[in-house]
Amino acid sequence: MKHEYSNRPWIIGGIAVAILSVYIWRLFVLQIVETKFHESASNNVLRFIVQYPTRGLIYDRNNRLLVYNEPVYDVMVIPRQVKKFDTTELCQILHIDVDYVKKQLAAAKKYSRFKPSAFLNQISITENALFSEKSYKFPGFYTQTRTIRKYPEHNSAHLLGYVGEVNDQIIKQDTSYKSGDYMGINGLERAYESILKGEKGVEIYVVDVYNRIKGRFKNGKLDKKAIPGQDIQISIDTRIQNYGEQLMQNKTGAIIAIEPSSGEILCMVSSPSFDPNLLSGRQRSNNYKALELDSLKPLFNRAMQAQYPPGSTFKLINALVGQQVGVLHSHTTYSCYGGYTVGNFHLGCHHHPSPLRLVESIAMSCNAYYCHVFRNILDHQGATNFRKNYAIWYSAVRSFNLGDKLGIDFPFELPGLIPDTSFYDRRFKNKRWVSINIVSNSIGQGEILLTPLQMVNMTCAIANRGYYYIPHFIRKIENQSQIDPKFTTPVYTKIDPKYFELVIEGMYQAVNGGAGSTARIARVDGLEICGKTGTAQNPHGKDHSIFIAFAPKNNPKIAIAVYVENAGFGATWSAPIASLMIEKYLNDSINPNRKFIEDRILQANLINATQTKN
Amino acid sequence: MQRKPRINVWQSIDWITITIYLLLVIMGWLNIYAAVFNEDHQSIFDITQKYGKQLLWILAALIIIVVIILADEKIFVFFAYPTYIIVIMLLLAVLVFGVEINNSKSWFEIAGLRIQPAEFAKFTTLLAVANYLSEPNRNIFQWRTLFTTVLMIGFPALLILLQNDTGTAIVFAAFIFMLYREGLPGWILFLGFFSIVLGILSLTKPFYVPILMVIITALSYAWYISKNKSDIRLFAFVFTGINLILLAINYFLNLNIKTEYILIGTTVTSLPFLIYYAFMRRGIKMILIWLTTIIMIGFAYSVDYLYDNILQPHQRTRIDHVLGINFDPQGAGYNVNQSMIAIGSGGFWGKGFLQGTQTKYDFVPEQSTDFIFCTIGEEWGFVGSTLVIILFLVLLLRIIVLAERQRSRFSRIYGYGVFSILFFHVSINIGMTIGIAPVIGIPLPFFSYGGSSLWAFTILLFIFLRLDASRTLLVK
Repeated sequence: MKHEYSNRPWIIGGIAVAILSVYIWRLFVLQIVETKFHESASNNVLRFIVQYPTRGLIYDRNNRLLVYNEPVYDVMVIPRQVKKFDTTELCQILHIDVDYVKKQLAAAKKYSRFKPSAFLNQISITENALFSEKSYKFPGFYTQTRTIRKYPEHNSAHLLGYVGEVNDQIIKQDTSYKSGDYMGINGLERAYESILKGEKGVEIYVVDVYNRIKGRFKNGKLDKKAIPGQDIQISIDTRIQNYGEQLMQNKTGAIIAIEPSSGEILCMVSSPSFDPNLLSGRQRSNNYKALELDSLKPLFNRAMQAQYPPGSTFKLINALVGQQVGVLHSHTTYSCYGGYTVGNFHLGCHHHPSPLRLVESIAMSCNAYYCHVFRNILDHQGATNFRKNYAIWYSAVRSFNLGDKLGIDFPFELPGLIPDTSFYDRRFKNKRWVSINIVSNSIGQGEILLTPLQMVNMTCAIANRGYYYIPHFIRKIENQSQIDPKFTTPVYTKIDPKYFELVIEGMYQAVNGGAGSTARIARVDGLEICGKTGTAQNPHGKDHSIFIAFAPKNNPKIAIAVYVENAGFGATWSAPIASLMIEKYLNDSINPNRKFIEDRILQANLINATQTKN
Repeated sequence: MQRKPRINVWQSIDWITITIYLLLVIMGWLNIYAAVFNEDHQSIFDITQKYGKQLLWILAALIIIVVIILADEKIFVFFAYPTYIIVIMLLLAVLVFGVEINNSKSWFEIAGLRIQPAEFAKFTTLLAVANYLSEPNRNIFQWRTLFTTVLMIGFPALLILLQNDTGTAIVFAAFIFMLYREGLPGWILFLGFFSIVLGILSLTKPFYVPILMVIITALSYAWYISKNKSDIRLFAFVFTGINLILLAINYFLNLNIKTEYILIGTTVTSLPFLIYYAFMRRGIKMILIWLTTIIMIGFAYSVDYLYDNILQPHQRTRIDHVLGINFDPQGAGYNVNQSMIAIGSGGFWGKGFLQGTQTKYDFVPEQSTDFIFCTIGEEWGFVGSTLVIILFLVLLLRIIVLAERQRSRFSRIYGYGVFSILFFHVSINIGMTIGIAPVIGIPLPFFSYGGSSLWAFTILLFIFLRLDASRTLLVK
């Protein structure tokens, strides 16, 4: 058999020789004949330059621009491409020192030799121009265009939020973000991040070993255009937003105003505040640290994240629930002898005429009245039905969305607190508690906590006689024909509309009534302001001053909640502030007769020395 | 009892091959150093880096070599079938317990070490097939033998295919060289090459080109084997003439019938004449040729269908790139493009050790494994890369020489198997890097980084050397 195939070894060997010879020939062609590969190799550095999309702009309800974009330039470095360079010259151009250069390069090398790292962020236009001219001297360094946010109105810092670098957690969760990208950290910048951010694109360039751009790779065929972010229009009215921030200067607290017929938020003020431009740009981290350390906590958004006891404003809710369960009517009368006394228990009240009926009890804010009403709600069917009636009360109160998040289009909303039966069961031994143990809830003290947002929403529900719209900022998103339908669907409370009239009348009288009305300072001719004062006790200092209101009485256009910390009676500070805000919104100017109120407010400084700790 | 004649293995073993082996392994090691050189770990002995690890694999390989050489020559036959079965088991096991790397579930990960059973399947299959074919009275012309052989080769290949490691599975096709030496008819080999060319033509050129090639080949072959040439000549002329006339009519009258349809049409309609001829001449050879022609035409069409519908997208793009259909710099085409640039930029003398810019800047992906040849090309230039190819060629030819001097059929078959496997890896891998072969992920023997790969090739080769050292003793 060996003889038959004696030529096969030769054939097999021959095939091997033939194929490998072809290879050697090919190598000859590739390595010696074709010169283009030599050029290709040196030209071969492909640079992927990320095209950052312009971030969407934010406009207010009258199309006033609240946020826009300004171009800045980041200097990037790819360590393995860096060759020897004149450090001094680089420092001169970029206005940095040698230590910085050393430190940054070391950090970049540690991160990755092949991937670009940020070297210096946000250099100015002139620095960028100078650098671009001399970039051939600094192989491995290049600039990337970015934009930063600019706030022309210098206000609405909490509302708009700010933009910062993404952190590692986000990068892990969402792969469209890379290290060094920016995203909204807080406020509307965060709430509408996915709308505002657009989509990154890429331009691919061929760069030679001297760091000069030789042209687009494949004529840009593989480039991807950046898709700009969409603009949004929000419901804020900048006039009154500005005005509110002015009025709240040198005070701590919050103002929120909503249009009851739509749930659109007209203004959201938290004081102390700051210029949002501080958190944009190269100085951002330094400024942020300073703000963080400020003992008054200017970064804290009091409008949505401060949970306060609502004080006397909560009487309105009890008045409504009382009517709903049938223990309260227009003529229900209670006396008040400087307070409410049962055995050893005494809850004080300020001086006012006595006895009072429902409407007056609101206008003059009688505490004793509501102790009665609240206990009646719980006890009117006897001890055996106590828990059942508490649950009914709880459920009615919760239907105003108190004690839970509203679902607003804004991050980090807090839910407040309305205690339920299990809450008190945990509190009291053997789960024995009766109405007298929790009677402070009747006047909005006790365990109840609300955010100013919830308070103004509650006001809207009252103004609308029984329903509200989930408060929201958004009016229009550029490429969408409508906003989330949940914002345009009314939410009904468990209180029958007919019970609101008396309560509203009480609020009207509080402002426009005669002697004893607690908020006459808020009265403005022709505006039919309806309001309720509140004074929340503060164990740490002076009482907090609260006022909620809406106007006009019928077809209300604005509902507002004002909260001033450590300011004493509601009437003293919050009520006038609220009335000025309403007057400014509805009339566009303040009546000269009331200018003195405005002046007093603007000049007042309620931040006293004991609060400013070092 | 007869005293077994003793040989000194160390004297009779082929030192030429061993020298070439050591040269390749050391060059390979140095190359890995250059390919993944890390300035922070400059010592070539640094075992946190691939070059340090490769040294460990090399040392382990040396131990394996000593073990093989000290072993008795008969144990390879003895263990042929058992090891084959064991590796088949491993191939099955890896489908369940394996780890997925680079889209292929072909690795076991034990205590940080990775082992690829597919690499070992190559020589265990070879041992088993060699053992089977070397049994007395076994020859390749028996249907049963052929069938069993194909099954023995095909089954592990299929399992490897299931791991999604298409490249390694294709390696098993290389056994065709070994079978050819053992008697597999040459026309099968020829058909294999012919099909590959046909396939390429049908993917890259308009359809009538491959069909034309098939018809011309068929006519030429018929002419060549026919005793009565004038008949065939007549047929050829008439056939060609009719085709030309029809094509002319099609062209001038703008009938726009596709050329290939005309060609196929005439081929099909020639059947009656061939049947008549067969009847008259009492020979069915022409019919067979006709049948083969039709089958090859069908094959040309099916390649297209297979390409569009069976191949996965990434495989399509790789083939596209080799054939020059769609250049996608971001895809697999990028690898090869970068590879050619790297090699091309080496020039005549190369850029020097550790000076390769493309290598240094990591332009070529998989530099330490599939594309290791780039480093040679870039840093050692034409001189270096040709030297490596010639070294491999010498190794391969030496293996043929050694295989031919075996008395034992088992050893010879095994030797040709070694040749086949090494030849296939070398030509495809290097071909990949210079843009001639499609990118299928198979390593360059002794050069590509990896313990499994190095040990598998070492075992493959040294079993043969051991058998060769005992060639005077073995007769089976």
